[in-house]
Amino acid sequence: MGLTADFPELTATARRLRRHIIRMVGAAGSGHPGGSLSAVEIMTALYFKVMRLDPARPDWPERDRFVLSKGHAAPVLYAALAERGFFPVERITTLRQLGSPLQGHPDRKVLPGVEVSTGSLGHGLAVANGMALAGRLDGRDYHVYVLLGDGELEEGMVWEGAMAAAHYHLDNLTAIVDHNHLQIDGRVEDVMSPEPVADKFRAFGWEAKTIDGHDFGQILAALAWARQVKGKPAIIIAETIKGKGVSFMENEAGWHGKAPKPEEVEKALAELA
Amino acid sequence: MTKIATREAYGRALVELGRQNSQVVVLDADLSKSTMTHYFAQEFPERFFNMGIAEQSLMATAAGLALSGKIPFASTFAVFATGRAYDQVRNGIAYPKVNVKIGATHAGLTVGEDGASHQAIEDIALMRAIPNMTVIVPADGEETRQAVFAAAAHQGPVYLRLGRPAVPVIYNENYQFQIGRAHTLRQGKDAAIIACGVMVHEALKAAEELAAAGLDVMVVNMSTIKPLDREAVLAAAATGAVVTAEEHTVIGGLGSAVAEVLATEKPVPLAMVGIRDTFGESGKPDELMAKYGLTAADIVAAVKGLKGKKD
Repeated sequence: MGLTADFPELTATARRLRRHIIRMVGAAGSGHPGGSLSAVEIMTALYFKVMRLDPARPDWPERDRFVLSKGHAAPVLYAALAERGFFPVERITTLRQLGSPLQGHPDRKVLPGVEVSTGSLGHGLAVANGMALAGRLDGRDYHVYVLLGDGELEEGMVWEGAMAAAHYHLDNLTAIVDHNHLQIDGRVEDVMSPEPVADKFRAFGWEAKTIDGHDFGQILAALAWARQVKGKPAIIIAETIKGKGVSFMENEAGWHGKAPKPEEVEKALAELA
Repeated sequence: MTKIATREAYGRALVELGRQNSQVVVLDADLSKSTMTHYFAQEFPERFFNMGIAEQSLMATAAGLALSGKIPFASTFAVFATGRAYDQVRNGIAYPKVNVKIGATHAGLTVGEDGASHQAIEDIALMRAIPNMTVIVPADGEETRQAVFAAAAHQGPVYLRLGRPAVPVIYNENYQFQIGRAHTLRQGKDAAIIACGVMVHEALKAAEELAAAGLDVMVVNMSTIKPLDREAVLAAAATGAVVTAEEHTVIGGLGSAVAEVLATEKPVPLAMVGIRDTFGESGKPDELMAKYGLTAADIVAAVKGLKGKKD
């Protein structure tokens, strides 16, 4: 894991989040493990190091906001919220069950800590723009983070949002792309290439930086860099591996939206012990 | 006869509302001179956001502002608000019950010369089918003004359907609009006309003509399509015959909403005046209303046609 050795606590937290993801998707019998596992380090850095949060006050006006635009990665959000104390960890195994607040895609109405109900791809950036505009109007210094998928960049609406964030100089907003290079039908570059991602955002008026999305040193440095960009929004292109941390899931498009069978859960948990 | 467009009343009401409530913000998609949100933009430039020709961004950004405590009014033409940005309205506003008010102007055939691409004829049906959505179709300027304030006071998503041309004034400031409450403009015992929007005035004209012909007809302004005032529908049904009138397709709009109540609770003969499963075209508003069967004369014919079917 390279530089992650320099962050023993975050590394241990990331491993717990991965175990939660496997357990909850395994228990549900459906869900999206691949794109949840690829975002674990990003989410760990945000929820356990960077964001100003108070689990006891999920609607605290001064909190930083996180928008999971790639809503199918709900398991990694639930894992982070549970581990951070927004709800008891034991409840993660209710994922996708009737009556559970852990809906298949995040629903803000039923789970405190979820800022935006997502699932239909492409919405998150424009919603984050609204939150950033409101923060500026209210004179609050909270920061808005939005996590996008790379396949999600194929949605035209993402670029409407990209244009608007630059137009309104939203430097209180940081976007992160979980660039794991896979979508349901195969390699993102083969299905409908959004490349070159960083150059496109720069052309839209953003500051962009590409990093290793599994390296805590690079993630934390990039998030600090993004906070210092003034007068324009910043985006971090996080190069990641879909299914990261579970050998048989890594770089396999088939694990985008498929749950591991019980013996696969055991095997994955053994790898993540 | 004094006339004012409901979009004009909307634009002026937003300014009035903005003076009273600093949480109100307004968004538009490059149509502020047509939706009349430019009045608000002039007085409160810091609370006005032009999102450009990008209706999906318009609706989602409004959702983000609402999630941060603002009361956003998002405006564009009805055809774009409901069609172009349907997913953003459904999944981004209605499903999470976000406090966004959609001020949709240029609804219906009275858009006129721009033609079918710009004439929303199915927007009520689309919005009415979405859970959590309140749908209001004001009949005139004063009702629009009050609906704007009522929408701001209501917690949750609201769709306000407004029109392009100046329409006759029906109400004065003594009127009291309430979301979910129909207003009976005229009592009658022989039949009832339930109308919304520009068709309310046509319904009143029709009732006068019918009175001259010896028929005593009730006229109900059903300005809230959802939640529908079921009691008002049942009161209208007590006359034994109901005609609905809307500047909208008869599939899924006011007529359908009324029919759902009548069919399940009090079946009476029903006729629907509305657009017959067809798109509009270019033309002057009055010409279009006549060609597509949306005049007082069409309502009169519908009422007379029901006479023989009454018990």
